[in-house]
Amino acid sequence: MRVEQISVFLENEVGRLAEVTSVLAEAGVNIRALSLADTSDFGVLRLIVDDNKKAKEALTENGFTVGKTDVAAVEVPDKPGGLHKILDLLNKNNINVEYMYALVHQDANNAVIIFRLDNIDEAIDLLIQNGITVINGSKVHKL
Amino acid sequence: MIYDIELETMPREELEAIQLRRLKTTLERVYFTVPFYNKKFKDAGILPGDIKSLEDLKFIPFTTKQDLRDNYPYGMFAVPMDNVVRIHASSGTTGTPTVVGYTSRDIDTWAELMARSLAAGGASRGDIIHNAYGYGLFTGGLGVHYGAEKLGASVIPVSGGNSKRQIIIMKDFGPTVLTATPSYILHLAEVAEEMGFSFEDFKFKCGIFGAEPWSENMRREIERKLHISAIDIYGLSEVIGPGVAVECREAKNGLHIAEDHFIPEIINPETGEVLPDGETGELVFTSITKEAFPIIRYRTRDVTSLDRTPCVCGRSLVRMKKVKGRTDDMLIIRGVNVFPSQIESVLMKVDGIEPHYQLVVDREDKLDKLTVMVEVGERLFSDEVKRLQTLEKKISNDIKEYLGISAKVKLVEPKRIVRSQGKAVRVIDNREI
Repeated sequence: MRVEQISVFLENEVGRLAEVTSVLAEAGVNIRALSLADTSDFGVLRLIVDDNKKAKEALTENGFTVGKTDVAAVEVPDKPGGLHKILDLLNKNNINVEYMYALVHQDANNAVIIFRLDNIDEAIDLLIQNGITVINGSKVHKL
Repeated sequence: MIYDIELETMPREELEAIQLRRLKTTLERVYFTVPFYNKKFKDAGILPGDIKSLEDLKFIPFTTKQDLRDNYPYGMFAVPMDNVVRIHASSGTTGTPTVVGYTSRDIDTWAELMARSLAAGGASRGDIIHNAYGYGLFTGGLGVHYGAEKLGASVIPVSGGNSKRQIIIMKDFGPTVLTATPSYILHLAEVAEEMGFSFEDFKFKCGIFGAEPWSENMRREIERKLHISAIDIYGLSEVIGPGVAVECREAKNGLHIAEDHFIPEIINPETGEVLPDGETGELVFTSITKEAFPIIRYRTRDVTSLDRTPCVCGRSLVRMKKVKGRTDDMLIIRGVNVFPSQIESVLMKVDGIEPHYQLVVDREDKLDKLTVMVEVGERLFSDEVKRLQTLEKKISNDIKEYLGISAKVKLVEPKRIVRSQGKAVRVIDNREI
């Protein structure tokens, strides 16, 4: 049920993000979701794309440092308390959320949120047991 | 292998007798043939005949890089141009270039010393030497070349640059010995990786690297990446070129100086006083066999120490420690002396760090600020900002702990630090002093 995310190291400089999107556009890679964490000097861009292999190759070829991490894509009911229920569950079971961000997705009833968790397999089992939908990788990349 | 068993393992007493005889001849000759030395000796009130022992050498004035510049281009030559068969020059990146000349006997001496050096590193007749030192005015390329031929090995004169072609040659020609500057070698390792090759697939068994200071940790990195034994070689054109000193592969602990041709001394760079064995200071050389360009008490600006204890390899020649840095590369950060090689040692202890770094010094509000730029490769990278920040802090703490200076660590993208084809630029000093 894991989803593979790629991440890119960026210096905090004008135009670096646009450089990444230009490389991906040229390679014909579609971005499903992204999040950027930054400090005053550098940033880490995390991406869910439709073709990880193609994206990694294109970025590496253009001199970027690229990493891969497994994350979980979780369906969150689009109503008050929807996200809280999930975070509360993880918290009660001592599972730490390193970071999270939303996926662009057209569905009126549910939002999809990407979770980076420190114990991903245990977390996914826990969510499923509690009736929460975790979307599998191949589906997420195509959403 | 020891190339010249008689000269390289000679008992010290015999060696010193030869040195004294040759020194006296050299002093006599420069006094009468080079106006610069004639004036210098006279100004100091010294005649060549006053030098009766090797210890007396300390009474003779030093020669500096500036003296060579003042006598640009041929003022220091001790033979008529008719007898000069080769001219080399330094790059002149820090001022007027310095020009040196060789007679055909000098070329022979140099080839002999380079043959010794290659042999000390593990090369022999049957080897194919991939020589990636630059050919030209720089002494590296041609120095290794003549030494390789003297040794009887096959030399590929590939020179520096055109890195992709170098990798193809390594793959197709099957060279077994590699010679280049250490920073260029690491660049070639990256290029090979990008092209989908591993040095494991090549036939190299050893590499002889020099022309810039490099640390023990960098040796480990090179040996790990290239699957070879890496040896340090030392030389400078003012003395003869590469081959002045070389490590033996048995000990890899200090470089044996060719004392039958050069007398080394270590001095206090501030006072000029000669320091005893084991103490760190500036390396000074006097050539005792050179014809075209003899040099007397030349201040190299390289910082090291001497060790006369016997070496496991059997050579009786004195060993100089790996050069720590240069007196003019030495950074003084808020009063603390720092050599780039010391920072390198700290960096290379961190798992996953690539040996590409650069030190930038600025002055803000009258305070020196040192920034260490470190490239983030795949082994260092993490998708968590927290981890990268922890890494920055760890390196900064290590520098503080080992060297006693505060430095800001800045993570940069791969290839952000310019790769050298020759000597790496490790320091950018923006201070206006």
